[in-house]
Amino acid sequence: MNSTVHKAAIDSAKGGHMTSGRDLGAPISAALAARPSPADDRQAEYRTLMRKWWFGAAVGLPTMVLSYPWLIPGLRDVFVRGSAQLWWLWLAMGVASFAVLVYSGNQFFSGAWEALKHRSANMNTLIAVGTGTAWLYSTVALLFPQLFPSAEMTDVYYDVSVVVTALVVLGMAMEVKARGQTSEAIEKLIGLQPKTARVIRDGVEAEIPVDEVVVGDVVVVRPGAKVPVDGVVIDGTSAVDESMITGESMPVAKAPGDEVIGATMNTTGSLRFRATKVGADTALATIVRMVGDAQASRVPIQRIVDVVSGYFTPTVVILALVGFVVWYDFGPTPAFAYATIVAITTLIIACPCALGMATPMSLTTGVGLAAGQGILIRSGDALQAAKKIDTIVLDKTGTITIGKPAVTDIVPAEGFEAEAVLSLAAAAERDSEHPLAAAIRDAAAQRGLTPPELTDFEAIPGHGIRARVDERRLLVGKRPFLESAGVKGAPLEADAARLADEGKTPVFVAFDGRLAGIIAIADPVKADSATAIAALRRLGLRVVMVTGDNRRTAGAIAHQVGIEHVLAEVLPQDKAYEVRKLQLEGRVVAMVGDGINDAPALAQADVGFAIGTGTDVAIEASDITLIAGSLHGVATAIAISRATMRNVYQNLFGAFVYNGIGLPVALGVLYPVAGLLLSPILAALAMSFSSVTVISNANRLKRFRLREVTP
Amino acid sequence: MTLDQVLVTIVGFALVATVAWFFWLKPSRGVLAATVSDGYQEQMVLVRGGYTPDTIRVAAGKPVRLLFRRDETAVCSEKVVILDFERSADLPTGKVVPIEFLPAQPGEHEFTCQMGMLRGRIVVEAA
Repeated sequence: MNSTVHKAAIDSAKGGHMTSGRDLGAPISAALAARPSPADDRQAEYRTLMRKWWFGAAVGLPTMVLSYPWLIPGLRDVFVRGSAQLWWLWLAMGVASFAVLVYSGNQFFSGAWEALKHRSANMNTLIAVGTGTAWLYSTVALLFPQLFPSAEMTDVYYDVSVVVTALVVLGMAMEVKARGQTSEAIEKLIGLQPKTARVIRDGVEAEIPVDEVVVGDVVVVRPGAKVPVDGVVIDGTSAVDESMITGESMPVAKAPGDEVIGATMNTTGSLRFRATKVGADTALATIVRMVGDAQASRVPIQRIVDVVSGYFTPTVVILALVGFVVWYDFGPTPAFAYATIVAITTLIIACPCALGMATPMSLTTGVGLAAGQGILIRSGDALQAAKKIDTIVLDKTGTITIGKPAVTDIVPAEGFEAEAVLSLAAAAERDSEHPLAAAIRDAAAQRGLTPPELTDFEAIPGHGIRARVDERRLLVGKRPFLESAGVKGAPLEADAARLADEGKTPVFVAFDGRLAGIIAIADPVKADSATAIAALRRLGLRVVMVTGDNRRTAGAIAHQVGIEHVLAEVLPQDKAYEVRKLQLEGRVVAMVGDGINDAPALAQADVGFAIGTGTDVAIEASDITLIAGSLHGVATAIAISRATMRNVYQNLFGAFVYNGIGLPVALGVLYPVAGLLLSPILAALAMSFSSVTVISNANRLKRFRLREVTP
Repeated sequence: MTLDQVLVTIVGFALVATVAWFFWLKPSRGVLAATVSDGYQEQMVLVRGGYTPDTIRVAAGKPVRLLFRRDETAVCSEKVVILDFERSADLPTGKVVPIEFLPAQPGEHEFTCQMGMLRGRIVVEAA
């Protein structure tokens, strides 16, 4: 179910203005109220098809038995070949089977006719022509036997038209049911949306429909209630279960200033929050839209299938005609009967549906499965690319580490005080957006320091900051940056090395041409980074860490988490270049970053993973978005992509092999060598079975075990 | 070869040629989408065993709105996809579902059901 569509459906129902296929102008909850949904359509269709199947089966069973009365003791004496009794029996069967064609099989004939009007052909064409030919042949043989040169040719095939219709209808019913299961994931997501919200307006708390909540409303969430929209906590503390959106199983502590995501479940305490995103802008609505779009996209290999399926059905009709001619000219007697049966069997056994459904069904299931884990796969292209990657580049800050660095040590040089060093560094970093700058400012603020005023401030990205305090030169940054300005780092070299070996980043501070001290900043490694990296390695991937840090610090962090390949001292703008270099070595590279600072590298990589995006899920640069911050999501996403693509290939292989073997057998290639000729009823059974198999195989993906990638 | 065999062979291969001509060599004049008051080029598309019309001509550079109406319950057609414009929509039976996009350049684009069985074309012509 696609919220976009529901929204559109409502608009049109109101006779109102139409919006684009993507532009969600109305609240998602309103969209949910729209009926009928494709799921309801499918239910109705399933019930109708099952009724048709039972009718077909009820007529089909006696028809099958009575078509060959001479094989059954007791009947063979009553219905003797050529007798009037047999003629009347067959006439009754003709009428009953006509009723089956009209009631159970009408969609084949109307579908074939509609397609014919478009000068196109589909499965309906094949089944309608097949069952229709069997019925017509039988009826002509029954009513006008004199038209046929021999009595052997006047046997009837009413059982073929009835049983084939019934079996194909049953296959369609099973297909409708299985299809519903493939799109369960997105329906489950939409079902998460609460219907009402408690808001405080004019000092009064009231429960209102969720689509009436506007940005800025103060929303109250009690323990055990769902968070209705996205917002920022202004009062109260609680733990919120975000697993339905992020895939992270542990509840997340919330306090004033923290973001809450709509559709998540409040557990212990009461919260008041200010709504920041409502309606179509919420994280849930964005996720639903992205998943819907990805499910409707194409896996690149599907383009080949599209070309084949464009020619498939008319080709089958041509094969059936050629088969008829060949069997008529060279087949055994009665040639006309054999030729007709061969042509009918050929039409019935061909299964364009298995071919058409092979990839969309797997894609829908795989993308839905990932969404349930807080992993948003943008398209079929991303999925196919993710399956092929052999190298994964992890950005250190925010990906392997928490991304919130803090000052751990201050080592002043001789003649300087630790607080003075920190104060000077805080002054230099006052306006910088670098994550390390925030750590230095926080440390200075915690110690109650007032940084001096600066003049001539200049930031050199990736290197450091140059400024003046009272006409005296201040440099803050990496050691080579200070050395290039003539400052010797040697006096504190041993301290810098020791700090780096502990995984800390040393920031050098020089004042008036002399080294003033080193400030060590550390960004703690996420608790589960090491196990996630081990999982990536178990998937056979070469794991590379990229960072702007010096080699020692980078090496220490890499050692902690078990990474062998480190690209250190890489400037932010050069990350994309490092990815390109790996690609030039013939590697298929995935890049994992925060999606904002790493956008060029994410775009350069064969697959870009944005990690820990929280509610900001629609990050354009990434192919795969992980809502939660854990690196485990990357391993899970790759494992799901591999499983999905394996499923796609299995389905395509199955569909091609089925048609590739089925069609020649139906045409009778085994007859000259083994005397084997396929019955149209077996062909119908095989045909129904093949499309149900494709969908069942896609549904098998849902049982994909996450513990395959997590220890 | 007997006379009837000769006849069956001739008729059979004539039918083969007819099938190939009928399904693969169809003319595609298409329908020109009308421009409506809000500046959109708009066209209603009926979904029933196929798309009617199945070839829609539009001018480049002006927004297009296709209004899909599915008039059947067969699951095959429950979704329509316009891959080149990254648009897709579910089509609940009996509802009009609009899909909008902006064709910037002249060219041809397909719209299909999810399985690629039903097909239509959007022919973008130079404005």
